[in-house]
Amino acid sequence: MSGPLSLAQATGVNAGDTAWMLAATALVILMTPALGLFYAGLVRAKNTLNTFMMCAAALGVATVAWALVGYSVAFGGDGALIGGLDHIFLQDVAFEPRDGTTIPHLLFMVFQGSFCIVTVALVSGAVVERMRFGPYLVFAALWSVLVYGVLAHWAFGGGWLQDQGTLDFAGGIPVEMGSGFSALAAALVVGARKDYGRQALLPHNSIYVLLGAGLLWFGWFGFNGGSGLSTGNSGVLAFTNTLLTPACTLVVWFLLDLLRGGRVTAIGAATAIIVGCVGITPAAGFISPVWAMVLGAVAALPSYALIVWRPRTRVDETLDVLAAHGLAGLTGILFIGVFAQFDWNGVSDGLLYGDPAQLGEQALAALAAPVYAFVATFVLLRVIGLFSPLRASAHEEALGMDVVQHGEEAYVTGEGAILVTAEATVEDEVAVANPR
Amino acid sequence: MKLVIAIVRPEKANDVLEALYRANVQGISLSRVQGHGGELERVETYRGTTVKMGLAEKVRFEIAVSDSFVEPTVEALCEGGRTGEVGDGKIFVVALEQAIRIRTGETDHGAVTPVGT
Repeated sequence: MSGPLSLAQATGVNAGDTAWMLAATALVILMTPALGLFYAGLVRAKNTLNTFMMCAAALGVATVAWALVGYSVAFGGDGALIGGLDHIFLQDVAFEPRDGTTIPHLLFMVFQGSFCIVTVALVSGAVVERMRFGPYLVFAALWSVLVYGVLAHWAFGGGWLQDQGTLDFAGGIPVEMGSGFSALAAALVVGARKDYGRQALLPHNSIYVLLGAGLLWFGWFGFNGGSGLSTGNSGVLAFTNTLLTPACTLVVWFLLDLLRGGRVTAIGAATAIIVGCVGITPAAGFISPVWAMVLGAVAALPSYALIVWRPRTRVDETLDVLAAHGLAGLTGILFIGVFAQFDWNGVSDGLLYGDPAQLGEQALAALAAPVYAFVATFVLLRVIGLFSPLRASAHEEALGMDVVQHGEEAYVTGEGAILVTAEATVEDEVAVANPR
Repeated sequence: MKLVIAIVRPEKANDVLEALYRANVQGISLSRVQGHGGELERVETYRGTTVKMGLAEKVRFEIAVSDSFVEPTVEALCEGGRTGEVGDGKIFVVALEQAIRIRTGETDHGAVTPVGT
């Protein structure tokens, strides 16, 4: 009865694992619009839509690039540096389980794709309020293959970092360090906003920021909890740590805010949630819950310091992707090297539990991934810049990217708007507020 | 004593404020208004609906000044608000009959002179 595309499950596929991974993938997909909300709240009102659209764009172009080429570059072979072309156009990606997993290959592909999407969206935080949308789309498509795909191969797809023993549970290498250090390069190539350092450029809606951070945290349970690729122990540990670590980061961030300004800030809290989630990402399934809580506290410190210091520099890495993702991810990657515990992860011990070599393997990743992400992004944007200006003119930047790039506004009232109908001549135009 | 009313671009509001501070003009009210002054209309599209935005966002400054401050105020407004494109806005200077500081009951010149100058 069963043909090649039987309705039954392929052999080797586990129903429980598949059910959880379907749900986890949907959770990760939610993180991209959640990031859009988080970022949109942090910019000025006139750039709300453009900022959100940079995240929405990733859902489009990064998904397409992933399905056509990116997945194959990341997971299509065992090369040291890149995968291969085995799975280009999703060739041979179907219902049979992906090697080493108990879930269908298609599901594995889409789960990994959801990571690529949110990572591309993360990088946009460096260039909001000034980068033109067209070049951004080109950048997003190419970056997802040339930078994300390559780093994902190194960490997860059988590349050299994974081969030499580097541990990265849910993407400290491709997602967090990949986005953070690319963001720094992007900010340097595109350049600072025209009013940066001269005028106060403040978040226009703190509720968006908090709501976005909350939804990101929610999605992160799929991101980390799904990275065990099963309902097994490592997934459960990762899921638990995804609550514990950000909670500790929040508390420590409150204390740092109190020490610095005497008041606990809301946008600080939203930032702390992200930093905590990022910190635990690489380590989620490798360290005990108690060490995960310590990591939450430790990860707060460097990221907080960088967020305070960065705006005093000339580097307009606008939404602090480097501090919140690059640096917190790096902290998490190194933390594994010391506190990983075989009793909890069944894979490896860190320095503290008798394997000092693990720290070296982690340190190598903490060096190589940032360097590759920074250099590749820098070159990629410079090349795109040869064909088309990367940023809007100063006049357009003053008007706001929503009107200039999209011909829409986030908070339009419609007062005084005149309807333009296809047939209408100038004389026939009807005022919306005063229809004839 | 005059009331200076200026309608400027919202994106130039910060530059105008800077220019006013430099000119030592300190008693300022500011509100967001919508207006139309002959500038080219922007076209926006929301799904199938295309509209010309007849009203543009503007910022309205209201500044009560003694006579000797009228010229520096107007100069600062022009300097801070000008881009050279249609839509930079207008300045209206109108006679002001009386001004009273609520806290002290001071009137006229005393009322429009900021505290501490």
